[in-house]
Amino acid sequence: MRLLSQTTRRLAGGLSRHRRRKLAGPAVLLIALMLTGGLFALFSPAQAETKKANDADDVAAGRALFLVGCSSCHGANGEGIATKRGNNYGPPLVGVGAAAVDFQVGTGRMPLAGPTVQAPRKKVSYTKEEIQQLGAYVQSLGPGPAVPESEEYDPNEGDVSRGGAIFRTNCTACHNFAGAGGALPGGKYAPKLTDVSSKHIFEALLTGPQQMPVFSNDVLTPADKRDVISYLRQNDDAPKYGGFSMGTLGPVSEGMFAWLVGIGVLVGFAVWIAAHTARAKKAVKGGQQ
Amino acid sequence: MSEAVTTNGSKAARSQKPSKVAGVADWADSRLGLAGAMKKNIRKVFPDHWSFMLGEIALWSFVVLLLTGVFLTLWFKPSMGETTYSGSYEPLNGIEVSEAYASSLHISFDVRAGLLMRQMHHWAAMLFIAAMLVHMMRVYFTGAFRKPRELNWVIGVLLLVLGTLEGFTGYSLPDDLLSGTGIRAANGFVAAIPVVGTYVNFFLFGGEFPGDSIIPRLYTIHVLLIPGLLLALIAAHMLLLVYHKHTQWPGPGRTNDNVVGFPMLPVYAAKAGGFFFIVFGVTALMGAFLSINPIWRYGPYNPAEVTAGSQPDWYMGWPDGALRIMPGWESHFWGVTLSWNVFIPIILLPTLAIGILMALPFVESWITGDKRDHHLLQRPRDAPTRTGVMVALMTFYGLFWIAGGNDIIAITFGLSINAITHFLRVAVFVGPVIAFIITKRWCISLQRQDNEKLLHGYETGIIMRDASGGYSERHQPLPVDEAYAISARERDQIFQIESSTDENGVEAPGSRAEKVRARLSQAWYGTNVQKPTAAELEEAHHHAEEHDHESDSELAGIASERHEVDPPVRKELPPSD
Repeated sequence: MRLLSQTTRRLAGGLSRHRRRKLAGPAVLLIALMLTGGLFALFSPAQAETKKANDADDVAAGRALFLVGCSSCHGANGEGIATKRGNNYGPPLVGVGAAAVDFQVGTGRMPLAGPTVQAPRKKVSYTKEEIQQLGAYVQSLGPGPAVPESEEYDPNEGDVSRGGAIFRTNCTACHNFAGAGGALPGGKYAPKLTDVSSKHIFEALLTGPQQMPVFSNDVLTPADKRDVISYLRQNDDAPKYGGFSMGTLGPVSEGMFAWLVGIGVLVGFAVWIAAHTARAKKAVKGGQQ
Repeated sequence: MSEAVTTNGSKAARSQKPSKVAGVADWADSRLGLAGAMKKNIRKVFPDHWSFMLGEIALWSFVVLLLTGVFLTLWFKPSMGETTYSGSYEPLNGIEVSEAYASSLHISFDVRAGLLMRQMHHWAAMLFIAAMLVHMMRVYFTGAFRKPRELNWVIGVLLLVLGTLEGFTGYSLPDDLLSGTGIRAANGFVAAIPVVGTYVNFFLFGGEFPGDSIIPRLYTIHVLLIPGLLLALIAAHMLLLVYHKHTQWPGPGRTNDNVVGFPMLPVYAAKAGGFFFIVFGVTALMGAFLSINPIWRYGPYNPAEVTAGSQPDWYMGWPDGALRIMPGWESHFWGVTLSWNVFIPIILLPTLAIGILMALPFVESWITGDKRDHHLLQRPRDAPTRTGVMVALMTFYGLFWIAGGNDIIAITFGLSINAITHFLRVAVFVGPVIAFIITKRWCISLQRQDNEKLLHGYETGIIMRDASGGYSERHQPLPVDEAYAISARERDQIFQIESSTDENGVEAPGSRAEKVRARLSQAWYGTNVQKPTAAELEEAHHHAEEHDHESDSELAGIASERHEVDPPVRKELPPSD
């Protein structure tokens, strides 16, 4: 122990003696650079190689999943299958991007249970990892929007009132003022937005699934999208100021409650009042029976 | 009257010092002369039935509307001037809105009880019109609109129309996304009126839509013009009710010339007063617990925006439904477009409907030729054609209602909005016809059943076994009150023309109209079942008595049951001709 401390002291003393020499600065710099470079050479390329290998693995795994679960409609290479009438049995997926996969599969819309006018939201069939692999495969078919980073759709970062204005201008016409959903022609519909995750809202805006138009980043900037998400989250968490909202479906449910609850209860009271009339009549009635 | 003298009490009459209340009453009477009028009306008799209280719901809702409406006017700013919202509702802070919208938000979030008052006002408006509609159906189904009450029926229809307009103007005031969409729609409706539409629009809006005068103008109409008219017509409606006296159901002792019931004071004053508090209470509970027209969620009106599920309030729902299912017909000539697709469903159809409603009493009295006064009500089954007409109208209304909510129905039940539209385009024509036929036949079979009960008694549920082993059910005569009520109706008289041509073969003037009338009268009454004649009743009772004697011995063994099915004493039934 003493030997060790003596050696270090001597070494340090030697270094210290040379520290004011002319070449000391460049020498230290050289050493530092070599050290950094060496470390980089040691770790970085290897890491990049693993990532590349992982990506390739993801694509391969995604392709395997795709061939089993998706290819029957979208084609073995995601090229789509056309029907005799020229419609799509399943549309081509070249260029739709990982974001589209993450939305469609992540909300359970894909794989489709059967041919319907619109893919309904249902139980998710794939794990997060599998969805990521499928996304990687579809992304490899052609460049498309990637899955957004979590800060892009962080509702705490957006401006609620600005998001409300954007929402009313672009979204309420189909999705209803409270995001309760609305009908579209031919049995299609705009689904409700109240229980959709922020990531999926961002992806839906980006990729325009089903009947929805694409709101690309040129039309609604990522900041705009985040504002809309903030507004929708506020919409979910807002206190019910006026009481029970009756589905926030507008005047139809209000009218139904006016008739069934309002008129129903009041007519009930009218019957009750008319049945409980002045005593004299009751006595006569009772006497007759 | 300076001394209170008791004459009818159990104690001996003696003079007392006048009470303070009597002093005040005397003071008022000697200046206003109310005692004479009050004496008569304070004891005014009203009959008792739950269905007579439906109009009262409307009346009391109107009182709630006046009370809550006055509260709202204290803060509402009927202005389309632009302002930046800054108030308690965070998500709209910093947004450009109209003063009307900002003040509505202020009432909702910053005025104590403001939101409650807004919601009560809106619920009361819906109940007001709904109660008027239900009351109208009751009056029609029971024939209470017949002479001398036809004009009161017309006033009632006017009240319904004015109530609807009042509701629409109120819906448009807060200037939220929904109300603005409603005004935009109204703008389109007016524009669809041929020739004058565009001019009327510019007159209404003071220029191009939306301008800055429509909300102040609607406000004046909403708080001054229509409430004034409503109040005047409600007063007329009530005065006529007092003048005509209330109708009553037929029954022992109740005739066309009397009213059997309880006096205004104390019974009906207490009942009606109590009912006001019930209506107020129900409205307050609905206002407190059910969110209506959440304007903060709709956002401010912007002509570029619209929301899915944009609907008018329910009372405008049926013309809106007609508009939704109307095929897109348009004509173009001389550089002019005629929008049949808007004009027919939203201008022509409601106008026609109001006209038909107003004409109903007059059409019926012309067809039936019945010009007598009627103070006794008819059961719906005893006027099968009339009942059928109203059910057909209700079906018509209901189907258009469904059309008005087609998008909500589509999304709620997972249907195609196109399929609903195609179905309703046929159903609105076929449905009322089917409803009419079913209702009319249903009424007639109920009439038959009444006759059965009159002639053969009601089914007791007691099964008798005779000596040969056969089974039969024992029938008992109806209790006399019930038998009276069933048979206290007039025989229908089909209008018949004596002879349309005289002995020289010359057609009598107006005989073509008479022929139509005779045919309609035949259609109106022809299939009705008439009540049994006195002779038929007598014979049936005679037969039943014989039967009674036969079965008496058989019943001797079951004394306890025998006691229960004792036939009541037969009293005189109303005269059967």
